[in-house]
Amino acid sequence: MSDIVAGGHSPGSISALYRHARYVIGENKVTGFAFGMFLLIVLAAVLGPLVVPYDPLASDTTAALKPPSGSHWFGTDQLGRDVFSRVVVATRLDFFIAVASVALVFLMGGLAGVAAGFFGGWTDRIVGRIADTIMAFPLFVLAMGIVAALGNTVQNIIIATAIVNFPLYARVARAEANVRREAGFVQAARLSGNSEFRIVLGQVLPNIMPIMIVQMSLTMGYAILNAAGLSFIGLGVRPPTAEWGIMVAEGSAFMVSGEWWIAFFPGLALMVAVFCFNLLGDGLRDIVDPQRRT
Amino acid sequence: MLSMIVKRALIAVPSLIGVVIVTFLLTRALPGDPAAYFAGPAATKEAIDQIRVKLGLDQPLIVQFGRYVKDLAKGDLGSSLTTGQPVGQEIRTRLPASAELTLLGLTVSMLIAVPLGIAAATHPGSLIDHACRVVATAGVSLPVFFTGLILVYVFYYLLGWAPAPLGRLDVFLSPPPFVTGFYLLDSLFAGDLALFWAALKQLILPALTLGIFSLAPIARMTRASMLAVLASDFVRTARASGLTPYTIIVTYAFRNAMIPVVTTLGMVFSFLLGANVLVEKVFAWPGIGSFAVDALIASDFAPLQGFVLTMAVMYTALNLIIDILYGLIDPRVRLEA
Repeated sequence: MSDIVAGGHSPGSISALYRHARYVIGENKVTGFAFGMFLLIVLAAVLGPLVVPYDPLASDTTAALKPPSGSHWFGTDQLGRDVFSRVVVATRLDFFIAVASVALVFLMGGLAGVAAGFFGGWTDRIVGRIADTIMAFPLFVLAMGIVAALGNTVQNIIIATAIVNFPLYARVARAEANVRREAGFVQAARLSGNSEFRIVLGQVLPNIMPIMIVQMSLTMGYAILNAAGLSFIGLGVRPPTAEWGIMVAEGSAFMVSGEWWIAFFPGLALMVAVFCFNLLGDGLRDIVDPQRRT
Repeated sequence: MLSMIVKRALIAVPSLIGVVIVTFLLTRALPGDPAAYFAGPAATKEAIDQIRVKLGLDQPLIVQFGRYVKDLAKGDLGSSLTTGQPVGQEIRTRLPASAELTLLGLTVSMLIAVPLGIAAATHPGSLIDHACRVVATAGVSLPVFFTGLILVYVFYYLLGWAPAPLGRLDVFLSPPPFVTGFYLLDSLFAGDLALFWAALKQLILPALTLGIFSLAPIARMTRASMLAVLASDFVRTARASGLTPYTIIVTYAFRNAMIPVVTTLGMVFSFLLGANVLVEKVFAWPGIGSFAVDALIASDFAPLQGFVLTMAVMYTALNLIIDILYGLIDPRVRLEA
């Protein structure tokens, strides 16, 4: 019960959270590092196209398949495009896909889960059944099916990634909303004449936000991997667009002939981004929910 | 025990119904006219109409669903547009390739992850504990297709130890006579050791890729549950009774620690079956994953639908087996049922 009370809004909680956050980041160098990497990724996503040395789409057949050098840091691909510029520019698209799909699944899964946990009964049964049905599929396979059925676009990759993550969000939100059903602040709000709908959105949802935000940062990495995997097999993003998954796919044919840099650098970028999101998610969880620290 | 199995099998039924409904709805969600989609881009108007009637698309949705279920019951998954072959037959011939790869990948990862997790739990704070943590965090961050490509570059291009990543056997060799469809087993049955060796060489890199991919969750779970078990009363009692550390860890702690690990296998399979598709693409492996990818590229929907359905049914069956195994390992589950 005590942790539920602590989860409520009180004037000191924000500054206490800030102090706790500073403590965790200072204490855990890895989280601080991950946060720095995260800022770098955001910077690359925002400024990337403005600062890269070459046009990511401009081909130059005279400079095709050149290994990394001073003028082309990550080498050039089979069409002579600069791999470094393409990797940096791709950050925006990959980051956008991850953020958009996570935001979408938060809206769908989070709201459905909160409603299921708070109202129980039929709402709970329907949400639970939907989540179970999604979980009956291997997730990546279901995502393939959804993108193939809805049409081969970036927008549908975002939708598919959101749908396969739905059960995870719905379950966390349901469990968290369920324990707050009869919490003191909910009863107070009810006694003050708030409607149930208003209590869900105004009281319960804000109180489970910290846990949902942790969930979002933990699934960001998976969202990027999922999207890159889909574009690796030719779904969603089309050439010549710069995107990490498709760049690895384009470079994979050259791996057996020794031109490793075409696939290596986008793959590395993908790995670093996912690694950073996972570390950040773990760090955020330590801040919000210290008991679950492993 | 039997009643537990039956009860658990009954729980799988709604999942299967859900799976069939979803795969049916995926076809209906096709943008535009499904008949035009199934007919392919070059079809004439008459051909499209013909297909519409043939597929029963002029009927109400519920009738179409009934027809779909009836075809499924007969094992009919439709025909591929590009090859004209029945999808069900194609999946059956390709399934052993995928199953052999996935199972070997899982074996590789269990052989590495379980001892690693146990060593990390029995020596907390040691170098091996840190190694386990790094593996667990790095493992989930590695895109599986990227790992595969790196392995190909290192072991095929640089070192020349592995054969070219082109399928299950060298093109000059012919596959062993069909018994199980697993080349490793079939070549042994045929007594052909050279063929066994050739098949194993092709398998090692893709299986290793899948193994590295599923290493992280298994190692993390083994470590966590082993730590919990080692801190429990019965282990303390065993220690106090003067049993050797080996007996305590192997006989007492290990069996109990494996219970949560078996439960995680369900999740691991969900990831493995998905990763399988990507690994098959990297290694040109002639399994059902690459079948689905080829169908995707050709916008050929029936094979893809059959593939999604097969995967989901297999996954549900695997979860059922895992739950039954769980009951076998842990008698308490049986009592609750």
